Amino acid sequence: MSIVEIKGLTKKFGNFTALDNVDLTMNEGEVFGFIGPNGAGKTTTIRVMLGLLKATRGEVRIFGRDAWKDAVELHKRIAFVPGEANLWPNLSGGEVIDLFLKMRGNGSQGRREELIKRFDLDPTKKCGTYSKGNRQKIALIAAFSSDADLYILDEPTSGLDPLMERVFQEYVMEVKAEGKSVFLSSHILSEVEKLCDTIAIIREGKIIETGTLNEMRHLTRTKLTIQTKEPVTLDETKGVHNIEEHDAELSFQVDTEELDEVIRYISQFGIVKLESTSPTLEDLFLRHYEAKETSNGVGGQA
Amino acid sequence: MYSQSFQGTGRLIKLIFRQDGLKIFVWLLALISVSLAAAAAYPTVYTDEQSIQAFALTMNNPAMIAMLGPGYAMENYTTTAVIFGHEMLLFTAIAVAIMNILFVGRSTRADEEDGRIEIIRSLPVGRLSYLSAATIAAVMTNVLLAVLLGGGLYALGIERMDLASSLLYGANLGALGLVFAAFTALFAQLAETSRGATMFSFVALMVAYLVRAVGDVSSETLSFFSPLGWAVRTEVFVGDHWWPVLLSLAIAVVIMVVSFYLNAIRDLGSAFISARKGKEHASPFLQTPFGLNLSLQFTNIAAWAVGIFVISAAFGAVLGDLETYFADMEFIQAYLANDPGETMTEQFIMLLMAIMSMISAIPAVMTVLRLKGEEDKNRTEHFYGRAVSRTKVMGSYLLLAILVSFIMQSLVALGLWSVGTMDDALTFNTAFSSALVYLPAIWIMIGLAVLFVGAAPKATGVVWFYVVFCFIIVYLGGLFDFPAWVNNISSFEHVPLIPAEDIDYMPLTMMTIVSIVFAIIGFIGYNQRDIQG
Repeated sequence: MSIVEIKGLTKKFGNFTALDNVDLTMNEGEVFGFIGPNGAGKTTTIRVMLGLLKATRGEVRIFGRDAWKDAVELHKRIAFVPGEANLWPNLSGGEVIDLFLKMRGNGSQGRREELIKRFDLDPTKKCGTYSKGNRQKIALIAAFSSDADLYILDEPTSGLDPLMERVFQEYVMEVKAEGKSVFLSSHILSEVEKLCDTIAIIREGKIIETGTLNEMRHLTRTKLTIQTKEPVTLDETKGVHNIEEHDAELSFQVDTEELDEVIRYISQFGIVKLESTSPTLEDLFLRHYEAKETSNGVGGQA
Repeated sequence: MYSQSFQGTGRLIKLIFRQDGLKIFVWLLALISVSLAAAAAYPTVYTDEQSIQAFALTMNNPAMIAMLGPGYAMENYTTTAVIFGHEMLLFTAIAVAIMNILFVGRSTRADEEDGRIEIIRSLPVGRLSYLSAATIAAVMTNVLLAVLLGGGLYALGIERMDLASSLLYGANLGALGLVFAAFTALFAQLAETSRGATMFSFVALMVAYLVRAVGDVSSETLSFFSPLGWAVRTEVFVGDHWWPVLLSLAIAVVIMVVSFYLNAIRDLGSAFISARKGKEHASPFLQTPFGLNLSLQFTNIAAWAVGIFVISAAFGAVLGDLETYFADMEFIQAYLANDPGETMTEQFIMLLMAIMSMISAIPAVMTVLRLKGEEDKNRTEHFYGRAVSRTKVMGSYLLLAILVSFIMQSLVALGLWSVGTMDDALTFNTAFSSALVYLPAIWIMIGLAVLFVGAAPKATGVVWFYVVFCFIIVYLGGLFDFPAWVNNISSFEHVPLIPAEDIDYMPLTMMTIVSIVFAIIGFIGYNQRDIQG
């Protein structure tokens, strides 16, 4: 069952088109990774999903209801963590967490205590004195201690240390195990790779790729490093790119669909050494990024 | 959809008071205690009918009408309640308006700008809840002010301060406060930044004051276009009209409805007046600490400069009429004969100079305190992460503040002198010397601001207390009859009263030295203390 359905979403700020005909579907129980360069439209998409921005055109439905019209009802089932949590400087962290929980109306005190411990937060300090990472923890604790069906996280780990990042990932896994859904916008590709079932890449307001990580890997290249007994020439071989030669070794990238052919071909030259690195999300991302680097993107809201 | 637009408002009101409650408390406490103290002090100064009539004489002239609103016929000046209503209402109203502008500006656009409303709106909270919470909090604050102040005045048991009139006085201020709360809520929808929203609101306040000043002197009709014009027409403690209060409330409601509508149809974070695009490269001037500082503060300084010039020019316009006015009134001449040293005009110029210099001090002090604001927003670390010394950065703020004080005082003089029929009322020399003589007194405030930013950054609010204290001494010092040492704390007390007195360089030199000492302590402190960000 799909819980987020975005069809033909366009959002304009004056003449600037921040989102251009975006289509997205996210299924229940899924961790959905949303990646893209700065200013691509990630935050704008999330703000439309939260009913903070009104779509210029198109439809955004969450749990089958309109994200703009039914915002208040929907938010009872949604927990949100912004990329930068600016809080009320005179209130303590504990007060802000309680406030958020009370306003949503379904939080658990036990879970709140547990999260404060796990995230190692001093809840008695005033928000004005917290570091960025600690303010981010407050938003995360408030989100994860509330009983939501959909977690919308906009670059939630910015400012967190690696240890806390891991705690965060554990909680994402935990809510996923409970059958809940997570919409994760992130720059940290290793994190997305680790956590997400489905991924969408957005660039200049358009979704340029969407699917599971495995599906996407087919669209990308595998990196091979080989050493052969006899010299091998690959310049003419189909699907081989970026050939580099160091000493006797040859490194290159192979289109995944041509991998079989290429291996057959080089095996004729007597393989001494063969190393293969599966494409990371980063390769995939960079490939999309570089492909269009010539057309200079105009940044929107971060 | 709209049935849920206000969900969660109650909790947000609590949140707003939790965040700003202390500030509101201090404001209310100050407003009410100064008002009550003044009301209680008037009977001790104006002990008989004759002195009250003498006060009335000094008030019923174009200059004082421009400053404080229209007076009444002589026979109405029978009690000190009338004097209180006449002398205190307008300036207290301005203070109430400022409180509302700062308060509503913070709980609307500032919270939106910083992303706090984004988090709130991601909760099951209505689209209009935050604005309604801010509005209701403002209503509560103003109602509290009206009731406490009205009740307090009544409790003093002063002649003619009956319950209805006292409550009218309070309600008048509360209603006016709500008008400016509503204006700020409106500008918070129109402007993209909180700075812009509060600046537009202050401009509205200034225009309201000027329209009323010009209207009260020359055309009654014009005054009806200003909320401050309505406020002074309550004739509180004389005629006791309630219609201006109702009119203010009605206008406040209308503006509020418009703000809610605009809030409902706009995107979070967007505005109807968008920020302009910037330049691609920094000019060489911008690349110096002083240049950067000036360009960051330029809009603010320019707005103050225009405002101060226009107000001074407006008073300049009535100055010319003043001499003619007095010359025609023989009994005033007779009254003034008691005090041959000062003409009425000179007295007025001296009071006006003191008040205008007080206003000039505000942008000058703000210029220095901005350094603390930049630190709070973690922007000074961009300097200190680079090869820029603290002395240089603070020095650029101090230099700019001194420049601002000079510019503002020159504009006061220029405004007063240049407009209207000059005659002999005010020569160019008198105008400039009587304005510039206040510079050392303003520098003390600047010095104090440097001292606090440098040595006690947590207590910078004290500087504003000092400014307010000096204002109270200037405006009400004679009334309160404080011991001399209390009056002497105010730097403005040591300024020679030009044109009546000759320039005495001694106190001016002393004040300059004291402000330098303050600044030096500030610089030493700033170089030694921890920078927060």
